[in-house]
Amino acid sequence: MSRTTVGALALAALVLPLAACVDNDAPEAGASAGALTVSSTADACEVSAATAPSGTLTFQVTNDGSDVTEFYLLGDDGLRVVSEVENIGPGITRDLVVQVRPGTYYTACKPGMVGDGIRSEFTVTDSGAQVGPTGDVAAQLADAEAQYVAYVKDQVGALIAGTQEFAAAYTAGDDDTARALYAATRVHWERVEPVAESFGDLDPLTDAREADLEEGQVWSGWHYLEKDLWPPAPADNGGVTYVPLTPEERASAAEDLVGWTQDLVDQVNDPDFTFEAFQIANGAKELLDEVATGKVTGEEEIWSHTDLWDFQANVDGARVAYEVLADVVEEEDPDLAAALTEQLAALDGLLAQYGSVDTGFVGYDTLTDQQVKELATGVDALSEPLSRLTAVVTGA
Amino acid sequence: MSRRALLGGGLLGGAALGAVAGGVAGYGAGRAAATPAPGTGAAATTYPFTGAHQAGIVTPAQDRLYLAAFDVTTTDRAELVALLQRWTTIAARLTQGLSAGPYGPASGPYDAPPDDTGEAADLPAAGLTITFGFGRSLFVGADAGTDRFGLAAHLPDALVELPHFPGDRLDPARSDGDLVVQACADDPQVAVHAIRNLSRAAFGAATIRWTQLGYGRTSSTSSAQATPRNLFGFKDGTANLKSEEESDVEAHVWVPASATTPATAWMTGGSYLVARRIRMTIETWDRTSLREQEAVVGRTKGEGAPLSGGTEFTEPDFAVTGREGRPLIPVDSHVFLAHPTQNAGVRMLRRGYNFTDGNDSLGRLDAGLFFLAFVTDPRTHYIPMQNRLSRDDGLMEYLQHTASGLYAVPPGLPDGSLVTGSDGTPVTTASSPFVGQDLFAG
Repeated sequence: MSRTTVGALALAALVLPLAACVDNDAPEAGASAGALTVSSTADACEVSAATAPSGTLTFQVTNDGSDVTEFYLLGDDGLRVVSEVENIGPGITRDLVVQVRPGTYYTACKPGMVGDGIRSEFTVTDSGAQVGPTGDVAAQLADAEAQYVAYVKDQVGALIAGTQEFAAAYTAGDDDTARALYAATRVHWERVEPVAESFGDLDPLTDAREADLEEGQVWSGWHYLEKDLWPPAPADNGGVTYVPLTPEERASAAEDLVGWTQDLVDQVNDPDFTFEAFQIANGAKELLDEVATGKVTGEEEIWSHTDLWDFQANVDGARVAYEVLADVVEEEDPDLAAALTEQLAALDGLLAQYGSVDTGFVGYDTLTDQQVKELATGVDALSEPLSRLTAVVTGA
Repeated sequence: MSRRALLGGGLLGGAALGAVAGGVAGYGAGRAAATPAPGTGAAATTYPFTGAHQAGIVTPAQDRLYLAAFDVTTTDRAELVALLQRWTTIAARLTQGLSAGPYGPASGPYDAPPDDTGEAADLPAAGLTITFGFGRSLFVGADAGTDRFGLAAHLPDALVELPHFPGDRLDPARSDGDLVVQACADDPQVAVHAIRNLSRAAFGAATIRWTQLGYGRTSSTSSAQATPRNLFGFKDGTANLKSEEESDVEAHVWVPASATTPATAWMTGGSYLVARRIRMTIETWDRTSLREQEAVVGRTKGEGAPLSGGTEFTEPDFAVTGREGRPLIPVDSHVFLAHPTQNAGVRMLRRGYNFTDGNDSLGRLDAGLFFLAFVTDPRTHYIPMQNRLSRDDGLMEYLQHTASGLYAVPPGLPDGSLVTGSDGTPVTTASSPFVGQDLFAG
């Protein structure tokens, strides 16, 4: 994904936290100072004012033309993109929220999204407000991206080694060893699941649950083998007696799983593979969403009941994602950093009551409703601040 | 005399009828003219009960829903018919602002319970409609081999068992049922009153299997209605089939004679009701960026315009591309996947409602959308679309289908066919007509 897309994401993400203090229907005194409207047509780009005080500006951009348009705020060289909002369909209004320092800028509408756009000079006067990040945030982010990619490669490396071992035991009919390796190996998958999900088909091939299939669809991957290793009683299997896989079916399913995992290894080790800061932050939130919708309800591992391993792995993945970004967050939003650190520790503490990745976890089916609720509350407490991470990171 | 007979037509027999007839008529008129209770905001709208089609399908969607599915407990076909006769009469009365029985809640024999439960006594009809449907299990039984009431030969091919859709997590205790009753009104008390009285009239012949309360209709069935919002905060039903689109309603909602055989001709002019309880993962959704929310829906959150541009009712243009040649309306968005152009041109008439059934054991809202759709044939008009949506819709990440039902909704009763008593209001007799009568005639 291009850098420009990242910029636009940042701006979209900023709208939410700001909405609390910038109410469009009833602008408070002071809040309206930074509000500007822009009308983009085929041959005009009318900005409601040519000057504004430094600080947070909101350009409410309406596409009054008939082509898809976009709006840019450019630096004084007319080249550097300070911020942009893209893909505005005809008739649609989008907000571009941006922090701007004093200086000379250019606004530009780009109807049809081609050419240099229709430009005007735009002056930002000094309001005295501190604007933008201090310190070398760009370097910190680049560092974070490099660290995270290294982490992904490390986890995927452990995943392929574990998967090969698991597949060998399973194919050989050594079910005890395969069962022992199952959850411990999947931990490496669950820690970096958003990365795997970014490669399209790999996730459904390797991690689909039986309930997620449609009629006639062929099932494969971890949970297919899970059911075979922990065969259900007929009562838990829709009244049908479970038929174990034949040795041939076992070999083929295990081989497929190793093959797809190797695909993942190849993709993350491609020299072009990068994972940008906003993706890391979004990935952290997605990991917790995974926990909130699947793990904490015991749906992920309905045969083996090893959900707590996946749960811990998702939290681990979210924590690493946060930690590589922590320097930036601490500078941009110390309160958020403190909240995340505290909630991560609290959730880890809750999970530690039930075991660890090294020593193993109790079965999910042994938890009481009260214990599950406690875990769910911990997940919600962490998810809420985590959902603000992307805005902070991309706004830096 | 059985209690059931007493609750139904029993009280109408003999001299009692003539003696109270004047009072009944007075009661009925009084209630229909009653001023809406403060705060209900419900207008004294009434919709005709009889007609070519049952009311409650293309009727402008009311604000509230109470839907109940029943299991038939009797094994006697005559008792089933008697139940349908009682239900039809009561529904015909309640929808016109009358009490459930001729005496009403505060009249009748002093030593007998009133024939109306009374909680809607001072309320207007509030646009109440009552719509009846038959589940597959009424015809063939749960084991598919039992001809419970001699109706198996009349089972329409379209009344299939819905397949398992990807991501389904259905609760059997809240799914299916032999009979279904949809009560819609602009006042929840009126809708609840209707189901309560129908359920009372069913004791001994049928028992409630599950019910669903809904509020805040999430779609419009008339172009005169503003588009409401679902619990995700998005306008819902912008592209819904509207009653004014007569030729499309003919094509996509009603069962044509050409689709029936002599054995299933009783469904001509009827429709099929798909009911799906769709739990929304509200908390996760609320933590999602506006960008993602709009991308998975395919419309703007504020105005409800398609992302390709325009205003709410602008037709989505899936060909419009933006940056890097990608379509402005993502191909995994709900609008894209549900659009007729992606579904062989089929449309559905939806009457969805929001629901909030308290919370789950994790302290999260047990809330979402109770999806109701009327279609001419679920095999062409629901199943393929739902398979596509369940598999590809970006919105599915925030949804879980938790209950499901499919029902054959027979046509309406012809105007003028109701049997009325001496006060001019509908009564139950051995020859009273009933919804679905043609099914039992063959």
